[in-house]
Amino acid sequence: MSTVFPKDREFLLPASPLFIGLSLLAALMLDWLPWSGLWLTLRPDFVALVLLYWCTHKPYRVGIGIAWAMGILSDVADASLFGQHALAYAVLAFGGIVLHRRVQMFDLRQQTMQIFPLMLACYAVYAAVHWQLHGYIAWEYFSGSVTSTLLWAPLTLLLQALRRPHVEDEL
Amino acid sequence: MEHTESVRFFNRGPSPAARLVFFSLLSLLLLFVDARYRYLESTRNVLATLVYPIQRLATLPITLWYGADEFLTTQTGLIRDNDQLHEQHVADVARLQQLQMLQAENARLRKLLGVQQRSEYRMQLAEVIYVARDVFQRKLFVDKGSQANIQAGQIVMDDNGIIGQVTRVYPWLSEVTLVTDKDHAVPVQIMRSGLRAIVFGSGDTGDLSLRYMPVNANIREGDELITSGIDGTYPPGIPVARVTHIERDPAYPFARIRCSPVAGVNDQRFLLILSGERKLPPRPEAAGDGVRGKGKKSRRKMLP
Repeated sequence: MSTVFPKDREFLLPASPLFIGLSLLAALMLDWLPWSGLWLTLRPDFVALVLLYWCTHKPYRVGIGIAWAMGILSDVADASLFGQHALAYAVLAFGGIVLHRRVQMFDLRQQTMQIFPLMLACYAVYAAVHWQLHGYIAWEYFSGSVTSTLLWAPLTLLLQALRRPHVEDEL
Repeated sequence: MEHTESVRFFNRGPSPAARLVFFSLLSLLLLFVDARYRYLESTRNVLATLVYPIQRLATLPITLWYGADEFLTTQTGLIRDNDQLHEQHVADVARLQQLQMLQAENARLRKLLGVQQRSEYRMQLAEVIYVARDVFQRKLFVDKGSQANIQAGQIVMDDNGIIGQVTRVYPWLSEVTLVTDKDHAVPVQIMRSGLRAIVFGSGDTGDLSLRYMPVNANIREGDELITSGIDGTYPPGIPVARVTHIERDPAYPFARIRCSPVAGVNDQRFLLILSGERKLPPRPEAAGDGVRGKGKKSRRKMLP
């Protein structure tokens, strides 16, 4: 992969707004699949991952505002309190934008290590809201952040691969 | 970031930190307003309507799978099902005739007693669309909403017993809080002894707990709990749960009693929504302030 595209150019791949929108929509649909039981506990947050991908790769296209709007949609679909996912995704997007230069320099393994604290912060927001409402901290929330982080590398590879054909048309 | 700010070729708007602060404050405000006042239900309705097509699209493969499965049912299966249903039907007819007789008799007796008639309940069939994402909430979404005259507070059951109640209604969807939800309480009666109690969800998938029962209460393992109907929300006489485990420790004032729901709370695809109002006399004014406060509190618990 990196033989065709040098690493510093991977991030210069163009991304049409349509593609960004479709990827976010697909992530929402994955999140709304009827998960249950153990899978629900381990379920990765696809919307958070895709948002983080765009925030680190195209920080001027997808920012905190879009992340916040996606959070509101997730809140509605989940019947959770208004603003819970919105706050979490805003924090995540901020982290992604602040770290975007560092993430762009690293390879996938190092990126994963950088992503993990961001995911933890995102899930910490859910846990904090839950704690404020119910008075105890639910540690089960954090298991989702591990699976989400593990999915970072495959998801990045997939999105990069999907973006590549656009380049060949233009070159 | 730095050189975009120093060169200022492009106007990028406020800095990420400023945006974060703005959106965080907005989210916190929304959280506060939603948790305290529930002003945002109409906004939620509009957004839910926008989101609805995407949700249906997400569950489309599963719907198609079930559809294909039904389409490919074999003839032998159909014949077997038909035979079974026929037998069931014959058995049911006999019991139904008895029931009609009993109902008529019951109505006469009630009239004699001057007791208010129990109203008939109509049922609507609804299909589960998806399950809420939060691990700590036991909620379902079904495909009937305000367009089908569903109202918040209606009871949802399957063919065995109570599943939960409708807590929020959207145009084509409604949200059902299951009896196993942590904040949910159902007033019940023990069928054997007639003892009244309240059964709470434990937040676990297959567990309910019967709280505030004294250690020496007349209750045994295997006892059936049915709704008592004294809250005005749940109609009386519908099975809710069965007692599975009792722990009587004299060191505690209350016995620890666990029950399992009778209805298939977690594995149902089709549910029944009961409609039909119960006519209750207006609540009498409480004498003292303390009593009124208590009443309010318990009422809020019944309707999460």
